[in-house]
Amino acid sequence: MDLHFGDSKPTDEEREAVDAVLGPPESAWEVPPGMIADRGDADLRWARGGRAARERRDELLPGLHALNDRVGWVSEGGLDYLCRRLMVPPAEGYGVATFYSMFSVRPRPATVVRVCTDLACGGAALCGEVEARLGPASGVAVERSPCLGLCERAPAALVVRAGVPAALLSPTPPLPENPLARGPGVTADLLDGSSSNAGRAETLSSGRDLSAPPAFEERGLGRSPSAAEPQMSQPGRDGVGDKTYVTATLAPAAPDTLAQAALAPETAPSEPPAAMAVPQAGEEGLLLLSRIGKVDPTSLDDYRAHGGYTALRTAFAIGPAAVIREVTDSGLLGRGGAAFPTGRKWQATASQPDHPHYLVCNADESEPGTFKDRVIMEGDPYSLIESMTIAGYATGAHLGYLYLRGEYPRALQRLEHAVAQARARGFLGDDVLGQGYAFDIEIRRGAGAYICGEETALFNSIEGYRGEPRSKPPFPVEKGLFGKPTAENNVETLVNILPILTMGAPAYAAIGTAKSTGPKLFCVSGSVERPGIYELPFGATLGELLTLAGMPDNLRAVLLGGAAGGFVRPDELDIPLTFEGTREAGATLGSGVVLALDDTVPLPRVLLRIAEFFRDESCGQCVPCRVGTVRQEEALHRIVERTGADAAADIGLLREVGRTMRDASICGLGQTAWNAVESAIDRLGAYK
Amino acid sequence: MTAVPLGIPRRLVEFTLDGQDTRVPEGSTLLDACRAAGKDVPTLCEGDTLTPKNTCRVCVVEVEGARTLAPACSRRAEPGMTVLTDTERTRHSRKVVLELLASSVDMSTTPKVAGWLKEYDAKPDRFGPDAARLNEEPRVDNDLYVRDYDKCILCYKCVDACGDQWQNTFAISVVGRGFDARIAVEHDGPLTDSACVYCGNCIEVCPTGALSFKSEFDMRAAGTWDEERQTQTTTVCAYCGVGCNLTLHVQDNDIVKVTSPHDNPVTHGNLCIKGRFGYQHVQNRD
Repeated sequence: MDLHFGDSKPTDEEREAVDAVLGPPESAWEVPPGMIADRGDADLRWARGGRAARERRDELLPGLHALNDRVGWVSEGGLDYLCRRLMVPPAEGYGVATFYSMFSVRPRPATVVRVCTDLACGGAALCGEVEARLGPASGVAVERSPCLGLCERAPAALVVRAGVPAALLSPTPPLPENPLARGPGVTADLLDGSSSNAGRAETLSSGRDLSAPPAFEERGLGRSPSAAEPQMSQPGRDGVGDKTYVTATLAPAAPDTLAQAALAPETAPSEPPAAMAVPQAGEEGLLLLSRIGKVDPTSLDDYRAHGGYTALRTAFAIGPAAVIREVTDSGLLGRGGAAFPTGRKWQATASQPDHPHYLVCNADESEPGTFKDRVIMEGDPYSLIESMTIAGYATGAHLGYLYLRGEYPRALQRLEHAVAQARARGFLGDDVLGQGYAFDIEIRRGAGAYICGEETALFNSIEGYRGEPRSKPPFPVEKGLFGKPTAENNVETLVNILPILTMGAPAYAAIGTAKSTGPKLFCVSGSVERPGIYELPFGATLGELLTLAGMPDNLRAVLLGGAAGGFVRPDELDIPLTFEGTREAGATLGSGVVLALDDTVPLPRVLLRIAEFFRDESCGQCVPCRVGTVRQEEALHRIVERTGADAAADIGLLREVGRTMRDASICGLGQTAWNAVESAIDRLGAYK
Repeated sequence: MTAVPLGIPRRLVEFTLDGQDTRVPEGSTLLDACRAAGKDVPTLCEGDTLTPKNTCRVCVVEVEGARTLAPACSRRAEPGMTVLTDTERTRHSRKVVLELLASSVDMSTTPKVAGWLKEYDAKPDRFGPDAARLNEEPRVDNDLYVRDYDKCILCYKCVDACGDQWQNTFAISVVGRGFDARIAVEHDGPLTDSACVYCGNCIEVCPTGALSFKSEFDMRAAGTWDEERQTQTTTVCAYCGVGCNLTLHVQDNDIVKVTSPHDNPVTHGNLCIKGRFGYQHVQNRD
């Protein structure tokens, strides 16, 4: 490959940020001419190239994050340097950088406030008020964001300030030489205090130090610095070697506090513990949420004291084939939305002759109204690590990728800490629990793209390509991540493995209905008294769930399954919440979103917001979705104030476009982009 | 005579195509099978020398038992499958996809599309006068070829031809997302600052005329472009020893553009800057 690079050069900061992810350059070919030393004799005879260089392509996305975290945007010089280091054609690097909404290839302020304007939050007004309070001279960019997954505390906003926090800039240099920056043990090393900057890290977030006492966020928030907001980025390969950005999550966000947090994210009030999102926390009989609120999410010992790692021991005792048999017998269906039998997926992956196998955990939870995976990852992160280890063991994978959506800073912090601790204590690594099985987990951050929750788009995103879905067949179990057999599961699906193994498949299968077994998490938000995550056995009715959450008297409609799901009426509350029950009722369970709308909510505006969401999030690959989502939004705009005969022509048009998107789009995004609008017209009688 | 490589014998796959028992070599796509059976399935993003990207979705067919329609260009024939190419469902999807395209992109120079719009009764105007269009100016930043973004349907063929499928130059990529996605060089700059080597293989595969010779672009602007008056002569490029085939398109005794036959077993329609654009000396009669 004869790559062509322009003359633009990275700044020192950008170079440091990239080098902290990729390690120092190995030869003068990897830096722009004249930037460090001249090319020497050795360089003139040898250059890293070809496959060896291109095999690092998957570090493109972490590299882009490093640039964005450090300077707040992706400049020409920074991007060119990153591409040069990875032997990625700069045009392709530019194509990837412009794909994600969290990156900007134009200069922007270091501080970006993302205000959720989706269904549960509807923060458009908040957006304007914050902008007005901050004013143009504040150096803060305010952006409208799709669902931030904080629906139980709406309205939500996320403040991200790029750059090393001022408190860390002195007295020592910002980026110490860190030869371990790419090694698998780097996180643990840094946390162990063996790195030169560990002492400094301790002052701000000592909870990440392994020797620090566990932080019981549920028993006294803020007592331990680790549980307090704001969070600094963690060391590890996804960020640079030290904290390079600050985040503050505000939910519920008010204009004044948000404006203040935007100017000084370090001083933002701390986030409530994850258990606050679980109204049932502490109740008996919960299987998936049992530990949330009881266990210290930063302590491996506490996790073990609450029954952690018994499932993995069972798995090692019965062997991989028996694990798959148990999962198959349990009747577990995927909880990400497609409801595919997990046992069959694992069996198909495990039996592939091609190697290596990969395990991918899809934590790119971006369906508007969904926040269950976030609560699990924040409140009980070790359960996901244990589940992934079991899944890897069963499917013959030795590396698991955890693809986490970019808008979840606290989940990232908790998981990075949990992975590091598990690694340091032998629960991950070359010899898990001394059983001779090697397994490790790599966390990859998404960067703002709903489409990357589609399984094959997620592979492309990890591999350093644009997150566009691939056409199937071939299916991931045959050719998945890096073209190898891959089992990809949602967070909730994976944590169901633990009760299956601890209680046994028959006992698990006895929960729920015959076709939908086990417990299910529901993300209840909107016009209810107690929004949050609810765990109910499959088969409970929609009415029972809403009663638990405190149904409003003037319920107008319920959105089931998120933006890709559909509406049901208040007189349909006896719909059983099972995969088959919702299907029979012409609805879908999707990812478990239950968004209640009362009769004060203007339905046409809600539909318009859903249409805007799909238009924004379409990857643009296939025509039905790329243009169809635009035409759908235009038609909904036209009829936002119209009803009856005035809207009939546009509704006819919507039906034709919708049918084509459903029939002819490549992936689930386009295929479901018309679901909610259709159900609103047909079931709720919108525009009548 | 050109030697035709026969390859290793392939097993035949039996399936039902529009009610007819059909046998095609293993690995054939449904589009191959349709063409072998003499059926006309419209396609835009499919290219005879490229791996199908199946983004345009005009070639969709119905596969019995499948929830959605399948792109004929990339779906392979499987034993026992039942495929219908001309049902109300496929006609509806093709019609709306053609409408979506024609309402957002200038398709005036896309071959065959006018016929398909008529055949499927597509009415692109029904999205109203305010329907979003690309509305972009052509980019003329070099003497050899023009990028007319208003005609681009994002078929990815130029990206694939520039990338690892043929040229390995990687000068262009799809950038942005959704309706705002465009084909661009790095940092969306002019071609002259990019990795482009002006081989013109992207023009060779462009299905809509969004990429065209500057000579063709200028003549169309002047109203002098007339394919009726053009002759095509296939010859051998004289620049080097490879011996690529050139097809010279000549109007009024002037070469107006150069293509290359895709069935050439060595070059498959690919040329370099010299073969593609280095013909001016022929017309220098002074």
